[in-house]
Amino acid sequence: MADPVNNYRQTQVDIGYIPRTEATPDTYKDLGFKSGLEIHQQIKTDKKLFCRCPAGKFQNEDDYNAELIRHMRPTLSELGEYDGTALMEFRTRKNIHYLIKDETACTYDFDDTPPFKINRQALNIAMRISLLLKQSLVGELHITRKQYLDGSIPTGFQRTAIVGINGQFQITNKTINLIQMSIEEDSCREVSDIGHERYYTTDRLGMPLIEIVTHPEMLTPDEVAEAGQYLRFVTRSTGQVQTGMGAGRQDVNVSITGGTRVEIKGVAHIKWIPELVHVEAFRQKALLTIKDVLIDRIGSADKWEPQIFDISDDIITPSLADQVEKGNRVIAMVLPGFEHLLSHFTQPGRIFTDELSDRLKVIACLEKPNLSTSEDLEPRLDAIDRAMLDAKSGNMPWITFWGPEADMETAKTTIDERCRLAFEGVPNETRKSLPDGTTLFERVLPGPDRMYPDTDSAPIPISDEEIKAIGTGLPEDICDRMAQMDKWDVPRDCFPYLLSRSNRYPMLSELIDTFDLKPKTIATLMAHVVKHAEGRYYPATLADDTLANLFAYVYDNKIDPALLKVLLPLAVEHGDKDVDALIRLSKYRSIPIEEILAKIPQLQEAFAQNHTSPREDAVIDYIMGEIRPFALGNIDLKTLRVAVEGDRS
Amino acid sequence: MSEALKGYKGASLQFLKDMGMRVWGEAVVETTRGRFQGIILPRAENDDDRHVVLKLITGYNVGVEISTIQSMKEIGYREANYKIPEKEFPFSPEKPNVKLFGTGGTIASRLDYRTGAVIPAFSPGELYGAVPELADICNLTTDKLFAVFSENMGPQQYITLAKAIGEQIEKGIDGIMIGHGTDTMHHTAAALSFMVQDAPIPIVMVGSQRSSDRPSSDAALNLIHAATTAAHSDIAEVMVCMFGPTSDEYGLLHRGTRVRKMHSSYRSTFRTLGDIPLATVTAKGVRPIHQDYKRRRKDCDVNILPFFEEKVAMVYYYPNMQPDIIDSLVDNGYRGIIIAGTGLGHINKPVYPAIERAVKKGVTIYMTVQTLWGYVHMFVYDTGRDLMAKGIIPAENMLPEVAYVKLGWALGQSEDLDEVKRLMLTPISTEITEREPYNGYLVYQGGIPEIEDFLKRVHR
Repeated sequence: MADPVNNYRQTQVDIGYIPRTEATPDTYKDLGFKSGLEIHQQIKTDKKLFCRCPAGKFQNEDDYNAELIRHMRPTLSELGEYDGTALMEFRTRKNIHYLIKDETACTYDFDDTPPFKINRQALNIAMRISLLLKQSLVGELHITRKQYLDGSIPTGFQRTAIVGINGQFQITNKTINLIQMSIEEDSCREVSDIGHERYYTTDRLGMPLIEIVTHPEMLTPDEVAEAGQYLRFVTRSTGQVQTGMGAGRQDVNVSITGGTRVEIKGVAHIKWIPELVHVEAFRQKALLTIKDVLIDRIGSADKWEPQIFDISDDIITPSLADQVEKGNRVIAMVLPGFEHLLSHFTQPGRIFTDELSDRLKVIACLEKPNLSTSEDLEPRLDAIDRAMLDAKSGNMPWITFWGPEADMETAKTTIDERCRLAFEGVPNETRKSLPDGTTLFERVLPGPDRMYPDTDSAPIPISDEEIKAIGTGLPEDICDRMAQMDKWDVPRDCFPYLLSRSNRYPMLSELIDTFDLKPKTIATLMAHVVKHAEGRYYPATLADDTLANLFAYVYDNKIDPALLKVLLPLAVEHGDKDVDALIRLSKYRSIPIEEILAKIPQLQEAFAQNHTSPREDAVIDYIMGEIRPFALGNIDLKTLRVAVEGDRS
Repeated sequence: MSEALKGYKGASLQFLKDMGMRVWGEAVVETTRGRFQGIILPRAENDDDRHVVLKLITGYNVGVEISTIQSMKEIGYREANYKIPEKEFPFSPEKPNVKLFGTGGTIASRLDYRTGAVIPAFSPGELYGAVPELADICNLTTDKLFAVFSENMGPQQYITLAKAIGEQIEKGIDGIMIGHGTDTMHHTAAALSFMVQDAPIPIVMVGSQRSSDRPSSDAALNLIHAATTAAHSDIAEVMVCMFGPTSDEYGLLHRGTRVRKMHSSYRSTFRTLGDIPLATVTAKGVRPIHQDYKRRRKDCDVNILPFFEEKVAMVYYYPNMQPDIIDSLVDNGYRGIIIAGTGLGHINKPVYPAIERAVKKGVTIYMTVQTLWGYVHMFVYDTGRDLMAKGIIPAENMLPEVAYVKLGWALGQSEDLDEVKRLMLTPISTEITEREPYNGYLVYQGGIPEIEDFLKRVHR
C-alpha cells in the first residue's frame, strides 16, 4: 500500500480539485454545478407562532426551570410511507432532553397542549414578503406537519404551511425562480449531543419563521451568494424581520452532473456559502470517482461482501485495551475493493474514511475518534495491532471501530450501508457546515414522505381582500432600489448596510429628498460612519429619528456636514441624548470663517519655531491638526486645506 | 357523496364534477393567483365548500379557492395507501399470552379524511409493525370490540367488555389489555372494577394522550408498559396504565376506582386521588408501591356481574341551583342520583323540598364531593345533617364518577334500596378507603422555592 498521505494528495490532483481562488465559471460548468437555496428568516412578532409565549427572548443553556425527556418514533406520512430520515434517527436511540424556562416556553412548546390559532401578525408579515417575491398566494393555508425525529422539535414535527408558490427575483445576469415560501415554527437550539444524550433549550422553539426556497438555478458559488444576499435584502426591506445571530439561516442545496442533491444546513453567514458549495461540488466529484473505481473492481454492491470479526480480546493499543477493560467492544471489518479509497480525497483535509466516521458518530452515537483503518493518515493503532489486522484481513483494506456493545450492531450496519452507498456515488444527505468550508454528515436527506396534515388545526382561508390590504404600501423592489442607488452614485460597498442590516434605504431616500446634499455623502455617512459606530458600540444602534434630527439640525443651522462624522458616532454612543446635548458633546461652536483663517499665520510661525520635520507637507498637517477641532462644522475641511496651502505658497 | 370526490360538498363538489376532476388525480390548476400543480386530496367534511385541497410535489398541502380557478387538467393519478406495515406477530411458547381488546381511541390510529382527524385502526400485525418491542414481552392477540371515541363508551359497552374479559379468563389468558380513549377511561375502569370481581390476572386499561401518528406519541410506551403489566405483573386488579411524568420515563398503574383524568392534554394526565398509585412500570418490569393488592392466581375463576341501570344521573351542584333540576330527573324516571356537592357535601336550601320529593318517590340519592379529594362529612354542619335527614346518603370518599358508575351497577342488580345501599357502601375495590394517607393529596404549587428546586432536579 502506497503511503496514505501521498494517496490523499494524488487523488486530490486526480479529481481536478483546485482552490476556489483559482476556479472560473468554466470550472463549475464542467462539473455541472447546480445550487438552490432555502432561506430561513425569523419574523418580528410579539408572540410565538402557535402559542402566546413571548417571541425573541434568549435563554442561557444553564438557566432553566425544568427538564424533560422524550424519544421519537417514525410514523407514516399522509400517503402511507415511512421517511428514510425518520428511520435513521430512530436507529440512533437518542434520549432527548429539553431544558425549559418558564419565561420562554409553555406546555404547547413541550407538546402537552395542542396548538392555539396561528399568530395573524406573523402570517400577515409572511404574506407581505410573499407578495414582494411576486408569488402566487394560496387560497387556503393548510398547516402541515413536517417530521423531524432528531428531537429538535418536541412534537417530532414542525408545523408549517405554504403561503405562496412560484415567484422570482433578479440577480446580476439572470432571473432566479422560486419554488415556494412557507411559514413555520422555529426549532429548539441544540446545547450538546454526546453519545445517546442530546440536550436542547426551548427558547427559539415556536418562533415564527419563513422559509423561501429557490429552484436550483445558481450555476456558480458567487451566484448562490448573490441570490442569498438579494433575498436577505428583500426580507429586511419590510423592517418586520428579526435581526442578529441566528435570526437568518441558509440551507444550500448542491449537486453536480452524476451526483445528487446534498443539503448543507444552517449556514449562518452568506459569505460562507461560496466556499462551502465549492468544496461540496468537489466532494461529489470525488465520490463519483470512488464509485467508478468500485464498479470497476467489484461490479456492484450486491457482489460486495465485507467480513466482520470481534477483535476486542486481541487488541493491545492502550487506549483501546482500556475501553475493552471497561466493557466496550472493538470490531473489525474487511472491506474488499476499498484499497486506495479509504484515504481518497473528499474535501480539503478529509478522506473517504471521514464519511464513515461521521456516520458512526451520528447514527451509532460513537464519539470520535471512533475508528481506524488500514489507510489512516496518522496511524491510530500500535504497529502490532496493525500487523495483526493486516494478517487477519489477508492484506485487504480493513476498518476497526469501537464503542459500547449495545451500539455495535448499529455501527456494523452503518459501515456496511455507507460502503454500499459508495457504489452508487453521492448519497442524499444533509450536511453540517464548518467555518473552514468543509461539511460533516448530519442526516439522511428527508423527502416529501415526512409530510402529514396537522389534524389539530383547521385550514385558514386567504381572501383577495386580505391580499389587497396587505399588498398596499409594499416597499419597492430591491433591484429597483439598487438601480436607484447606482444612479445616485452610492458606492456598492454601502449596499449591504443600507438594504439589509439596518434597512436604512427608506431613510436614505427621505434624506436625499429633504436636504440639498450629495446622495453619496449621505449614504457614506450612514453606511460607513454610522455602521462603524454601531459596530464599536454594539449592541447600540442609531434610531432613524435621531439620524433625521441631526441632519436637519446641521442643515438648518448651515453647519458644514462634516460635523456629522463626529455627531453620528456620539449619537450611537449616547443613544438617549437630544440633539443639543450631542452638539455640546461634539464641542462644536460657531466661529466666523475669517476668524479661523486668521489663525493660519500664527500657526505657521509656531511650526517654524518648534518643528524641524524635513517633510514638505508637515507644516500643513500641523496647521490642519491644530485648527480642525474648531474648524469642523464651520468650514469645509477641503476648502480650509486649500486655504492653508495657498497661504504657505 | 361520490367516492371519487370524498369530503367535497356544495359549490366545490359541483365545481370538481363540472371540471371532470377526481380525488387522488394529479391536476394542473390555473388560477387568478397563479398556477398550482398537485394531487387533489379529499376534504374534511366540516371545512367550507369554497376550496379544493392539493398536495404539492414538495409534500405540502394548499387550498385553492374555486372562484379563482380558470382551468383544471388531470395529468396523473396516485391514490394514497395509508397502511401501517403489517407483520405477523411472532409467537413463542415461553411467553405469556395477552389479549388486547380494542374499543377505539388514539392508542392506534390513522388519518381520517372524513373529519380531518384521526380514527382508530389496529391489528396485532399493525401493532407489531408500529411497536415491535411488544413481541419481546408477550404473545399478543387482539379483538376489536368497538371502534368508538371514549365519549361514546357507555353501559352497553361496559357489559360487552366485562363478558369478553370473563370469557378470556375462563380460557386461561395470562393478562388483558384494553385500548381505550382517555376521556372516559376512568369511568370504564370503574365499571370493570365492579363488573369483573376476583379476576386471577391483571386487567390493564391503556390509551394515549398524543395520537400514534405523531413521532412523540406516548402510545408506544404506554402499550409497552401495559403489555409488561398484563404479561408479567403480579397485580390481579383492574388498572389504568398511563404516563407517570410527561417525560418518557415510566408509567403509573392506577386502581380503576381511584383514578381520574386531571388535565385536558398533558401526557401525565391520570392521577390516583386520595391514595397512592399501585405501582410504577417500565419496559423492565413492574415495581409495586402499594403492598396490599390482589395477587395473580393460577386458576381461571372470575365473578362477572354485568349489570347496569341506565336511569342514573350525576348532578354537579352550583350555587343558586333550583329544585327543578332534581324534579326533572325524578319526573323523567331516574332511579338514582349522585350529587357532587360543595365542601364536605352540601347543597343549598331551595333544593331541599325537591330532595324530599325524590326520596319519597323512591329515588336514591348519594352525596359525593366536588373537591374530589376528601370524604363526605355530613355531620359537621347543620346542612349536612338536614340533608341526611331528608334521605341523602353520604358516599364516603368515592369519586363522583366512580359513585355514578357504582350506583348504575348496584341499581342494575337490585330494586331493594337497602341492598343497593349495602352494595354502595361496601368497598369492592378501593372506591371507598378506610383511611386517607398523608401523601394521597398532592397538588403542589409552582413558584414556591422548594417546589421549583424539585422541578429542576427531577424530570417532569
